[in-house]
Amino acid sequence: MPAIFPRWTNKLIPLLGVGCPLLVASTIFSIWYWFSPYYTDAGYQPKQPVPFSHALHAGDMGLDCRYCHNTVERSPHAAIPPSATCMNCHSQVKTDSPRLALVRASYENGDSIPWVRVHQLPDYAYFDHRPHVAAGVGCASCHGRIDGMTVVEMNKPLSMGWCLDCHREPEPHLRPLDQVTNMHWDDAEFAEAKAAYNYQEDPERTRMPNPPMHCSGCHR
Amino acid sequence: MATKAIKERDPLDPVRGRKLLVEGGPSFHEVTEQVCVPVEDPPLAWWLAFIPSLALLGVFGLAVTWLLWFGVGIWGLNNPVDWGWAIVNFVFWVGIGHAGTLISAILFLFRQQWRTAVNRSAEAMTIFAVICALQFPTLHTGRPWAIYWSLPIPNQMGMWPNFRSPLLWDVFAVATYFTVSLLFWYVGLIPDLATMRDRATTKIRRLAYGIFALGWRGSTRHWQHYEKAYLLLAGLATPLVLSVHTIVSFDFAVSQLPGWHTTIFPPYFVAGAIFSGFAMVLTLLIPIRKWYGLEHIITIKHLENMAKIILLTGSLVGYAYGMEFFIAWYSGNPYESFAFVNRAFGPYAWAYWIMISCNVISPQLVWFKKVRRSPVALFILSIFVNIGMWFERFVITVTSLHRDFLPSSWDYYQPTIWDLAMLVGSFGLFFTLFCLFLRYLPMIAIAEVKTVMPEADPHHGDDH
Repeated sequence: MPAIFPRWTNKLIPLLGVGCPLLVASTIFSIWYWFSPYYTDAGYQPKQPVPFSHALHAGDMGLDCRYCHNTVERSPHAAIPPSATCMNCHSQVKTDSPRLALVRASYENGDSIPWVRVHQLPDYAYFDHRPHVAAGVGCASCHGRIDGMTVVEMNKPLSMGWCLDCHREPEPHLRPLDQVTNMHWDDAEFAEAKAAYNYQEDPERTRMPNPPMHCSGCHR
Repeated sequence: MATKAIKERDPLDPVRGRKLLVEGGPSFHEVTEQVCVPVEDPPLAWWLAFIPSLALLGVFGLAVTWLLWFGVGIWGLNNPVDWGWAIVNFVFWVGIGHAGTLISAILFLFRQQWRTAVNRSAEAMTIFAVICALQFPTLHTGRPWAIYWSLPIPNQMGMWPNFRSPLLWDVFAVATYFTVSLLFWYVGLIPDLATMRDRATTKIRRLAYGIFALGWRGSTRHWQHYEKAYLLLAGLATPLVLSVHTIVSFDFAVSQLPGWHTTIFPPYFVAGAIFSGFAMVLTLLIPIRKWYGLEHIITIKHLENMAKIILLTGSLVGYAYGMEFFIAWYSGNPYESFAFVNRAFGPYAWAYWIMISCNVISPQLVWFKKVRRSPVALFILSIFVNIGMWFERFVITVTSLHRDFLPSSWDYYQPTIWDLAMLVGSFGLFFTLFCLFLRYLPMIAIAEVKTVMPEADPHHGDDH
């Protein structure tokens, strides 16, 4: 009886032995890498209706974050400022800039500016800004160096695993309560203060952070 | 030839002195021919079975599509009865599968040579029944697209399944059962695939069988390794078959519900599984042996042996029914007593009595030799057992749920047309796969059957 398969098919078997593990490994890697929020979500940077620059306002001019996002300490939701906040200055500054036309129109006719939300959690995860600010988690820990962003991008994946990493070990992310909005806390100039800081001996803290690790912490 | 001599002599095996397992004294070559020719050139009956099966598979596809589109609300589930036909069908199909492993693994360990004629098709039945079963745990979830969360995969959520749930054990049990059954079946198929390869007349067939035969040449070394692998797999599959249905029974027994929380469930479910599985083997093999002209290989003796196992397991199941009632009374627990009185005399009494008459009364007919040696009678009996065992799962699931601790949460579960479509459609899936198996693979383990023929005995032909 003649052979059904030519001689070279013998080489297929070691090839399969190498190929199958490689295929499995590359499939696992692809899903682990390209399907994770670290890849899909971090770096999201939509175009905004008004070219607002955090680099200019928070970075160069040094506005405190809470000037505009004024509810961050007392509300679960950190507010986007209304047009009125913009007009506090822009009724005097750059009053005829074409880039601010939408802000002026919004202020006059009362229509909201259609900002595009960058940090979007699913509605079944109830994130609350208050306890995080009160525990001394800096803005930059979750939102990145906003003071350097001309257009805001999502700096962290905001995945559940990422949240839990910090809830399980919050210590490295805690800072003095008056440094929460300080964008330079991680810079060299604060290295000494940062190294010296021990949140457990902070007299400003009335109670120690106790981050929830149970389901109903966020999925209530 | 020696075969001629046997044909003229007594139907008893001349060496062992027992009943011949292959009647009519065919030669090795004739056995190969008789098994392979219907595969290569299927009889008309194959098409008559395949086309309706395909139509039923279409029903299944339709039901699943509508289910995914609209949600599990298309079924008749209500709040107390939130496990309905889906779980009933799941347990039913998993149970069907168990006879295949019993025949191929447990009877192999017990050196029961009559298994050789039925093991291939029984294992195929196992695999296809498990495929049908797997549809239901997946599809009965409200969000089947998140079913992979039940697998322990490191993920960006930092989440892990809860290993204390028997539903998670189901995932592992059924997935392992499917994999091991498939491997066992495939290992058993290799020598026969080589036979099919060597008989192939077209290039495509030769290549396809050639690839799957893995270069089997039937050398002594091949056979030695093969036998060892087969024995190991049989040894592994035996505890598996017992534990898989045990785990399925834990879905109920681990809960607190009167009627479910019973320690008798694991062995009782396994007995029921073997009972229903053997019935399904009979349902399948009795027509096939006729249509495929294999009545001399799957003999009356084979049917009789299977009927005896049905009698044994049917009696075990009957004992369990009685024991459940006894304990319900003996426990003195009002909920437990009520659950069982409600089974027999409540709104689902009709289902309970169908179950009792099909599962407890009908198999007792097997005591009569006339019944257990009549293919027609066994075929009818096997259908009754299949119906009865489906109702057993229905009774356990629904009657315990629809009236439990709080009378304010009593309700009656009424299945919808989509429940029915899923059940009927799952038969379509099963029979389509089974027909394809009959079309492309030898339904008798040719190599194994040859080993139990008298000619295979080294003393065959000796006069001393």
